[in-house]
Amino acid sequence: MKEGFRQSMAWLHTWSGLLVGWVLFMVFATGTSAYFRDEISHWMKPELHTAHAASQATPAQAAGQAVRFLEREATGSTRWNIGLPSDREPDVRVTWTRPQPPGTPRQRPLAVQLDPATGERLAAPRATRGGDFFYRMHFDLHYMPALWARWIVGFCAMFMLVAIVSGIVTHRRIFSDFFTFRPRKGQRSWLDAHNATAVLALPYHLMITYTGLVTLMFMYMPWGAQTVYQGDQKTFFAEAFPNAAGSAPQKAAGRPAALVPLGPLVEQAQARWQGAAASRVVVTFPRDANAAVTVYRDAQSSLSSNQASVVFNGTTGQLLETRGEAVPAASETRGVFVGLHMGHFAGPVLRWLFFLSGLAGCVMVATGLLMWAVKERQKYAKALAKGGRIGFGLRLVDGLNLGAIAGLPLAMASFFWANRLIPVTTADRPAAEIAAFFTVWGAATVAGIAWPARRMWQVQLALGGLLFAAVPVLNPLTGGAGLITAGAAGHWSLVGFDATCLLLGAALLASAWWLGRRKPAARAGTAPRSAQAARPAQPAAPAPHPHPAGEPGLSPARHTLAAAAAEGSSP
Amino acid sequence: MTARSPSHPADGATRSRIRLPLLWSDAARCRWAVASRALAAIVGGYVLSALCSTALAMWLPLARAEAVITGTLASFAIYAGAVMWVFAARSAGRAWAGIAVPAAVLGAALWLVVRGAAQGAAS
Repeated sequence: MKEGFRQSMAWLHTWSGLLVGWVLFMVFATGTSAYFRDEISHWMKPELHTAHAASQATPAQAAGQAVRFLEREATGSTRWNIGLPSDREPDVRVTWTRPQPPGTPRQRPLAVQLDPATGERLAAPRATRGGDFFYRMHFDLHYMPALWARWIVGFCAMFMLVAIVSGIVTHRRIFSDFFTFRPRKGQRSWLDAHNATAVLALPYHLMITYTGLVTLMFMYMPWGAQTVYQGDQKTFFAEAFPNAAGSAPQKAAGRPAALVPLGPLVEQAQARWQGAAASRVVVTFPRDANAAVTVYRDAQSSLSSNQASVVFNGTTGQLLETRGEAVPAASETRGVFVGLHMGHFAGPVLRWLFFLSGLAGCVMVATGLLMWAVKERQKYAKALAKGGRIGFGLRLVDGLNLGAIAGLPLAMASFFWANRLIPVTTADRPAAEIAAFFTVWGAATVAGIAWPARRMWQVQLALGGLLFAAVPVLNPLTGGAGLITAGAAGHWSLVGFDATCLLLGAALLASAWWLGRRKPAARAGTAPRSAQAARPAQPAAPAPHPHPAGEPGLSPARHTLAAAAAEGSSP
Repeated sequence: MTARSPSHPADGATRSRIRLPLLWSDAARCRWAVASRALAAIVGGYVLSALCSTALAMWLPLARAEAVITGTLASFAIYAGAVMWVFAARSAGRAWAGIAVPAAVLGAALWLVVRGAAQGAAS
């Protein structure tokens, strides 16, 4: 190549990042929110905010209470799953399969949240997907088969990996550039912001992208297993993940037998793990002679996603098997990769660090996308000055940038509002919340493509900012525990949610304000121009511009070239 | 990143920004070269990394499940490396050769071994 290695890598970086940048922005944003998936779900069920204020119980006590509930309510079930309380999830979550005649389609297990101390049902919360919606969208998208979605997300993640590695190669002065920020210099500032957020959290970006691919690697890259095991995936998974198969009885004996008390089993398992907490108990064939009890170790106590567990005989309490204590090297490496991606091991401080790194990733993707638009616009400076138009590609990128970067936060905030404003009795309520999310996002994107102007950026950022910033007001008004109530009761996850929304809202409002402020300053420094400034203020509704084909109100003859470049529709 | 025309990568092609729809104008040649490299990177890179991961799975001296996991874990790094090779190579032809030759060698070796094993099992 005539132009040298670094230049060709810069080209690769630009295009691999741009082509899938909008999907990557969504994946980063939803994935970042998923670090607080449980907390978001909890916030979205205001009925539970005050329910367990005083209830505290050890995992062993909670397991005993859950059994009392299940023996009463889940008769005939072949599998109980008891989620034990933790710092992040103070309730007990029990699910159980319902007895059903063979051959009928599998029914979803029933799920109930219990008070850990009394074992009584908590107030039934509203139906919502909660934080699981963003978590699922992170890799399953929505309104399409999960399999396609995972291939699409994996394809984009591979582009991301290439963009990161080629970006590093491109970067000659990676260290000194990190300390460079040249504000209010148009393209330079975007470049500096892009570099800072990318380099600041570089190990995180690289880790999260690669480990993301690893979470689904047997789907993306099944060829090694296919060849070695001659198409017998089942044997492969049984050998690679012996934990999953297990040696507990696979059939009920048909003879009733009393279930051994679970509390002592949980304590015995925790003692084996040097005091690491148990997070989950599964009982198969409860009250049958073949009952088995599996106690799972809390994910927070290990980096790896290979969860250790202990299996007991369910009638005698005899220890049958321990799993996941000596995992072979490659399997454990994969487990650690997956564990790093999920971040279940992370305590509060590390979790917040991951969250901030994820936000840095969003900013990195956003600034990269915007930089392309700013640069591309420079090429049209001459044409614009003569009254010409920008190309189709730039127009499309401008619109998509708007819809993704400004529209997605707006839609996410709307999701939280929908959670509180859609009546509790609405049929298929979770779907209604999700429809609200996509309606707002779709409208924002259509409006952005129809009218990709600075004013539109301001409108959407400000709207998103207002909705986010008002969440702490909305919360107590619609039945939740607000900042003061939750703070007084020590519900830090609720306080954290409201405070984070407030900060995100403030950041979005600040960027909307900054966009409006920058213009006069730029104007003073260059030739007089009218541009958007002279245009009558647009209504604050995201209505398409009356001249969709023309560029938003540019009266280009009065633009200088530099101004046209610096001042396009990209902020 | 350096500021340069994004319509690049260019097998020595001009960086002309004339947008002629003609098939063999300089700009169009440049686009064909980009398309060819993109194909080599996305499809060729995937095939090569799949073959490498299979070869590792077959021939690493580990328990077979361990070898499969190791090969699969490494595949995405190989893929990324292949993509970077394709866009760093001096010409599209070299880019293709750098993917196709190792893929052909690995593919042939794997085919022989797998077929040999199948025949060994049959006889």
